[in-house]
Amino acid sequence: METATFRIWRGNADGGEFKEYSTEITDGMVVLDAVLQIQAAAANDLAVRWNCKAGKCGSCSAEVNGNPRLMCMTRMDTVPTDQPVAIEPMQTFPSIRDLVTDVSWNFTVKQGIPPFTPRPADAPDGTWRMQQRDVNRVQEFRKCIECFLCQDVCHVLRDHRKHDEFIGPRFLVYAAALEMHPLDVADRVEELAEADGIGYCNITKCCTKVCPEEITITDNAIIPLKERVVDRLYDPISKLLRMFR
Amino acid sequence: MDYQTHEHDVLVIGAGGAGLRAAIEASTAGVSVGLVCKSLLGKAHTVMAEGGMAASLGNVDDRDAWSVHFADTMRGGQYMSNARMAELHAKEAPDRVRELEAWGAVFDRTPDGRILQRNFGGHKYPRLAHVGDRTGLEMIRTLQDHGIHQGIDVHMECTVLTLLKDGERVIGAFAYDRERGRFQVFHARAVVLATGGIGKAFRITSNSWEYTGDGHALAYDAGADLIDMEFVQFHPTGMVWPPSVRGILVTEGVRGEGGVLKNKDGHRFMFDDIPDLYKNQTADNEEEGWRYTQGDKEARRPPELLTRDHVARCIVREVREGRGSEHGGVYLDIAWIKERLSNGAEYIKKKLPSMYHQFKQLASIDITAEAMEVGPTTHYVMGGVRVDADTQMSSVPGLFAAGECAGGLHGANRLGGNSLSDLLVFGKRAGEYAAIFAKEHDAGAVNTDQVDTVAQRALEPFAREGEGPYKVQQELQGRMQDLVGIVRQDGEMRQALDEIAKLRERADRVAVIGNREYNAGWHTALDLPHLMTVSEAVTRAAFERQESRGAHFREDHLGKDEAWAKVNLIIRKVGDGSMQVVHEPVPELPTELAKIVEDNR
Repeated sequence: METATFRIWRGNADGGEFKEYSTEITDGMVVLDAVLQIQAAAANDLAVRWNCKAGKCGSCSAEVNGNPRLMCMTRMDTVPTDQPVAIEPMQTFPSIRDLVTDVSWNFTVKQGIPPFTPRPADAPDGTWRMQQRDVNRVQEFRKCIECFLCQDVCHVLRDHRKHDEFIGPRFLVYAAALEMHPLDVADRVEELAEADGIGYCNITKCCTKVCPEEITITDNAIIPLKERVVDRLYDPISKLLRMFR
Repeated sequence: MDYQTHEHDVLVIGAGGAGLRAAIEASTAGVSVGLVCKSLLGKAHTVMAEGGMAASLGNVDDRDAWSVHFADTMRGGQYMSNARMAELHAKEAPDRVRELEAWGAVFDRTPDGRILQRNFGGHKYPRLAHVGDRTGLEMIRTLQDHGIHQGIDVHMECTVLTLLKDGERVIGAFAYDRERGRFQVFHARAVVLATGGIGKAFRITSNSWEYTGDGHALAYDAGADLIDMEFVQFHPTGMVWPPSVRGILVTEGVRGEGGVLKNKDGHRFMFDDIPDLYKNQTADNEEEGWRYTQGDKEARRPPELLTRDHVARCIVREVREGRGSEHGGVYLDIAWIKERLSNGAEYIKKKLPSMYHQFKQLASIDITAEAMEVGPTTHYVMGGVRVDADTQMSSVPGLFAAGECAGGLHGANRLGGNSLSDLLVFGKRAGEYAAIFAKEHDAGAVNTDQVDTVAQRALEPFAREGEGPYKVQQELQGRMQDLVGIVRQDGEMRQALDEIAKLRERADRVAVIGNREYNAGWHTALDLPHLMTVSEAVTRAAFERQESRGAHFREDHLGKDEAWAKVNLIIRKVGDGSMQVVHEPVPELPTELAKIVEDNR
């Protein structure tokens, strides 16, 4: 059996430090297995958030050797173990304890986005008709498991701390899923430009790279929304027309 | 003792599909609602559901009707189900699915633009509304995104320790928050339990750490009856290799899309044993089975789509008799459909995207090219809090239950796809009737002595020296897996009862380190009593039922017994604090429902 050493960040909002732990690595293990093994054997009070252990709930987000990852989907055989494996919490959100961060800001942001508003039903029995090709794009966005790794890696939030002015890639995807929903009739374009701060995104695509669901966040969600904003609010002809309205 | 107090008309415990649906319904009825969830909102176990939601919409096959869905559910449950629940479920599921679409859910579509439905084990017609293989995520996200605009107070990462009573009535709950470990009193006029299942009582399970039977144990301790606890569903297809992923679910959708089970000799062993109850509806050759999965209405379904209990036992038989796969499972092959479909690999990725990723990432297997190794995994408990079919109220006034933690609908075996629809149908009903109860009753009085006693007990592990909680939890899981698992017998279950009693004593003495903030060890220590209660309940009921029926298989009592067909087992806490097993007659089928069952034989 191989043994690996981990440097796990222990602490809370007041500060903390990396502590070293060793544990056995067996066939097919993922990083979360190693962390839970350490928790059960050597650090019963180690705080770590997880649920499904199958990449479906998006709870166990953390930074493994500096890479934002779902710990449950990161195989140990993809992580170099010749030196200690560093595991620390997401940096974009305030620390609660050890690997657990306070992600409540995300829930507040979502609440502020106007909810799904369907057009009247298409059929007398209260149902709608939608073609598969028209829902494929929205289904891509709805794969999101809300792991918030895209928020973690976004420099507007991570480095510039614009949490009050920018909703981040997760909620641009959420807004795109609503805006491009074939049945939705609400209009979120002005909010996107102003309160949601879509202009802060300068399409570096870091969010797309870390998405465990492989959602093409920048190209499929953010850029089309930016185009809607530009068409509506910054197009010179429509601007002129608005002046005379 | 220091604690915060919250006042709500209706308190819902659990925020998966049932809890969210109950909270939305109660809130719509105009009462104030508190929603307590053990994890973050939207992370509940419902996200793990893959295959779909059963409802007789008739979009793919218009011969479907509520009566056929009802008959399928009763047959699948080996006629142990509460018929009124099965009737309500079959009748109301279509409206609950359509309602999700009105709240923004985006199901896969038929060519004419309606909600697409897929085949699943035990369902006569294609019946499961679905989104690829991530239907549970779609459902929980839709309810969550709708629910956050309904004025519900959500208390995340909060775990309930006990229900509070005023006389015979439940009037709230006592809990702690994970983040700081502070105690919380929730004072309510009605309480809905929607806490899910008990999978963490077993070693190999598709369930997450949260599934410690909290709702079952809370209700039992409050004096409510549990029913059908001997019926625990072992899903036939969990991952078996590598070891760290053992138990993770492989959706039945793989078989619905044409996947076949083979032993190490490449033989499709499911053709070898087709139960009499299903002979009329099951293909007797591979060609017919394939045509069924491709939508041929004249074809009968392949034996891989027999009920979960039966498929799981056939897999165990193959493994025991030395015909298993390399790591002690059998092979599930979907890659073979490339022989029949020119775009087979693309089709698999489109229909089963998360299975494709799960195997690629966790097992380095490309399911479009190779077979998966699968074996049974503890998945679902049919048993739960005994409730009134229409109102979902338990035998304790003011206490309601819905979803997996409630019992009755699924009888001896649950059909795949009937869980998501169960959550919505009975979540809605529980919310509706809890709101009515809350309007008709005043807020009872909280007994502060009860609260102080529970709080003190909860803090005792910090003051102790001794073994930690994880070892006790792991030993319990091992004993339940080995002694009360998929194949059961008298002697082993006697031994299990002895060992559970000893483990319970150890659980009462565990020590934890650190402080009250987000302390996983402490939380595990506090979950242990609930796990012990549900383990004992499963074992006592399984010991009592001396026959094999549905998910309950006794190698010392093979086959069904007509006398036992008329008995539901009730688990009840009696005066001296001990657990009693009570026999109650299965309610007679009303004439019109009996006729539906006969017509669909």
